Amino acid sequence: MAIPLEQILIQTINGIVNGMILALVASGLTLIFGIMDVVNFAHGDLVMLGGFVGATTIATTGNFWLALLVAAVVIAVFGAVLQATTLRPLIGRDPLTTILATFGISLVLQKYAIWQWGPSARRIQEPITGNFNLFYLQYPWYRLLTAVLAAAIIGALYLFLRYGKYGIWIRATTQDRVMAQAMGIPAPLVHTAVFAIGAGMAAASGVLFGPLGGVTQNIGLDFTLRAFIVVVVGGMGNLGGSILASMFISLLEAYAALIVSPAQAVIVSFIALILTLLFRPTGLFVPTPK
Amino acid sequence: MLTLDGVHTYYGKSHILHGVSIEVKPGEVVGLLGRNGVGKSTTLKTVMGLIRPSQGTVTFEGRSIGGMAPHHLAHLGIAWVPEERRIFRLLTVMENLRTGLDRAGVTEAKRKTMLDKIYASFPVLAERQNQAGGTLSGGEQQMLAIARAMMLEPKIILLDEPTEGLMPRMVGQISEIIRVLHREGVAILLVEQNVPLTLEASSRVYIMEKGVVRHHAPATDLRANHAVIHQYLGI
Amino acid sequence: MRRSATAYWIGFSIILALLIVAPLVLPEFWRRFVTEILIWGLLAMSSDILIGYTGMISFGHSVFFGLGMYCAAAALLSVKPPNLWIALLYGLAGAAAVATFVAFFATRLREIYFSITTLVFSQIFYVIIFTWTEVTGGENGLAFSQPPLSILGIWSFRFTPVTLHWFVLAVVTISFLVLRRVTQSPFGMVLQAIRENEPRARAIGYSVERYKIVAVMLSGLFAGLAGVLYAIQNKFAAPDFVFFLVSGEVVIFNVMGGVGTLVGPVAGAAFFLLLREGFSRYFTEYYLIPVGIIFTAMVIFMPQGLLGFAKRRLNQ
Repeated sequence: MAIPLEQILIQTINGIVNGMILALVASGLTLIFGIMDVVNFAHGDLVMLGGFVGATTIATTGNFWLALLVAAVVIAVFGAVLQATTLRPLIGRDPLTTILATFGISLVLQKYAIWQWGPSARRIQEPITGNFNLFYLQYPWYRLLTAVLAAAIIGALYLFLRYGKYGIWIRATTQDRVMAQAMGIPAPLVHTAVFAIGAGMAAASGVLFGPLGGVTQNIGLDFTLRAFIVVVVGGMGNLGGSILASMFISLLEAYAALIVSPAQAVIVSFIALILTLLFRPTGLFVPTPK
Repeated sequence: MLTLDGVHTYYGKSHILHGVSIEVKPGEVVGLLGRNGVGKSTTLKTVMGLIRPSQGTVTFEGRSIGGMAPHHLAHLGIAWVPEERRIFRLLTVMENLRTGLDRAGVTEAKRKTMLDKIYASFPVLAERQNQAGGTLSGGEQQMLAIARAMMLEPKIILLDEPTEGLMPRMVGQISEIIRVLHREGVAILLVEQNVPLTLEASSRVYIMEKGVVRHHAPATDLRANHAVIHQYLGI
Repeated sequence: MRRSATAYWIGFSIILALLIVAPLVLPEFWRRFVTEILIWGLLAMSSDILIGYTGMISFGHSVFFGLGMYCAAAALLSVKPPNLWIALLYGLAGAAAVATFVAFFATRLREIYFSITTLVFSQIFYVIIFTWTEVTGGENGLAFSQPPLSILGIWSFRFTPVTLHWFVLAVVTISFLVLRRVTQSPFGMVLQAIRENEPRARAIGYSVERYKIVAVMLSGLFAGLAGVLYAIQNKFAAPDFVFFLVSGEVVIFNVMGGVGTLVGPVAGAAFFLLLREGFSRYFTEYYLIPVGIIFTAMVIFMPQGLLGFAKRRLNQ
């Protein structure tokens, strides 16, 4: 059974597009883990909430870009409040406690979403419609735009971390929280800010993903799971690694979808996770620890 | 300026400091000697807000600071150079220094002036300014740690064993740095194992044993009277 | 120490007596409710072995539970006449098989990674059950009839709601006693040592891997047992019970009731189910919002759970 080359190429591009969205979600998760050792079980639900907020904004204003901005900002603020109230008291406690706490939050957020927006899916209209010719097939412009936007946001994050005063604060606090404080850096605030950034990025992914897959409360768990897999495969706390891993996992799934049904293609990423944990637990894209 | 009065601290159930009382006046260099594990580092950490005293007070310039968060203390003028140096390994030398410069009241121009000044005093750091902190040698890291603390324009620096693991030539450099800081009016609370260096640099010295201050005298006295040193430090 | 032991057994006996009498006096709905609490309680207890005693949080108990359920279903559908004990056997065998697999990972992975992996397993399993329609009935699950209780192949009588309850009660009570014995034994002490400080336990000389494997097997078996009981009681197996949420709820029972107490998780299950019942009346399907908030608040402010909290109070 030969698979036509065009299909493989299409899936490659799909894989890259999905990979960029996933990278946006995973970088937030890995940033949060790197700086405060918190495995945010509710991260995928922030994606979901972002999608819903975006959908509502589009429904009222009709402007996709505004929706993207509003969703990111609203969820970022929400994330900051969440972190300050529920996660700060847990600093210094057993890391499994934060998993439990964020799990509880995840449940509440999912059910809240149904309550607020109802059980049916919300659609987000893509800002640019139309396809272009890829070989003899039609490929939607919007998908390319998604990848470009996601890349742009991640790029902005990278620049922000590398240069700029607050980027130094974040990197210093991630490396040595105590010493950073001794240098006058307000570590608790930095933690909240990083959580907010991660939340905002997750929300943006939700809006970007909207036109591709619709917004329902189920996407929360789905994204959380995938993001976890990516973060582990990419190396926890490793930004570059999670981006590479996102592409890797998404491409794997995209290719698998050529053979099995999409629902079953997910198993491929699970297998990747298990293999990574067995053979290279620090991450596939991390240089071998010396 | 800095006073510890009857400070007790615990680590879990272990009682580490048993009523420590120490004083540092403005501009003074005060030495803190003692064997390993007597609580010298703990004393510094308590001042820096990393350990909360269960009893006793820590006062700085008249206000009680016991239990205050470390980043506030840095803004009040207390700088800490820890025993392990704790350079931000993945940040460049310049970025390491900047962590002390990114505070309120420091303009872009002032930042540049301070960096230039520190590079002049520590040419090695200027050379390596874009290298990652983790690539520096032990001695260079120590200089960076001290230079970084100086970026806070502190009133007092808590120096924890700055000469540990350094070659003799570097020890001399550290000595010189302490002298320069003293000239500029910065107070120093110096924890050290190197007795001659401490006696030479300090005006007063405290000697600790098992979490308590056992002896306190002007450095001149101790320079003349070696018996006390023998008694508490065994050298 | 002895006084509290007698007090414990007196309390135990009282509750046992209440549970025996319950189906005779309660209306049908509540009778089923109590039976369900017992089954979920068993599941929670099994999970406690890992969470409370060995310190490994498993988000994958739905797998053991589900396997117990589906394997029992398989037995009841394929073996004629439907035999209770064979169903039990199949269910436990299935759970044991998966437990071995999970045990392998338990020894290789640290805390967070283990938890994430169990979560992933939970979802893989769900996907398999959901999509392998020919074998598992997919979305619709499998329906079958309740097997009779046969003793030594001689007597055989059908269950009535009351006798079924007693059967479940018997199984759960025996399981509780067995698990209690295990946790109080030297084996159980080592598990707790592992939970408190794994490197130290290793340094003392315990083969941590072996203990973890046994812990996982034990936990998986009893969870599978709960699954079999559930299948027997409800006469169907459905993928919903294999969904990650079930694993999550089990963790909730444990935390709410108090990990590491065995009794706590059962209390936690009861508490949660009662809350759900109560809140459903006012919030309909959104009951998880207040319950979730309560859970999160408990994680933050009352991490020792209801029982731990009560214990503290009583000791003062």
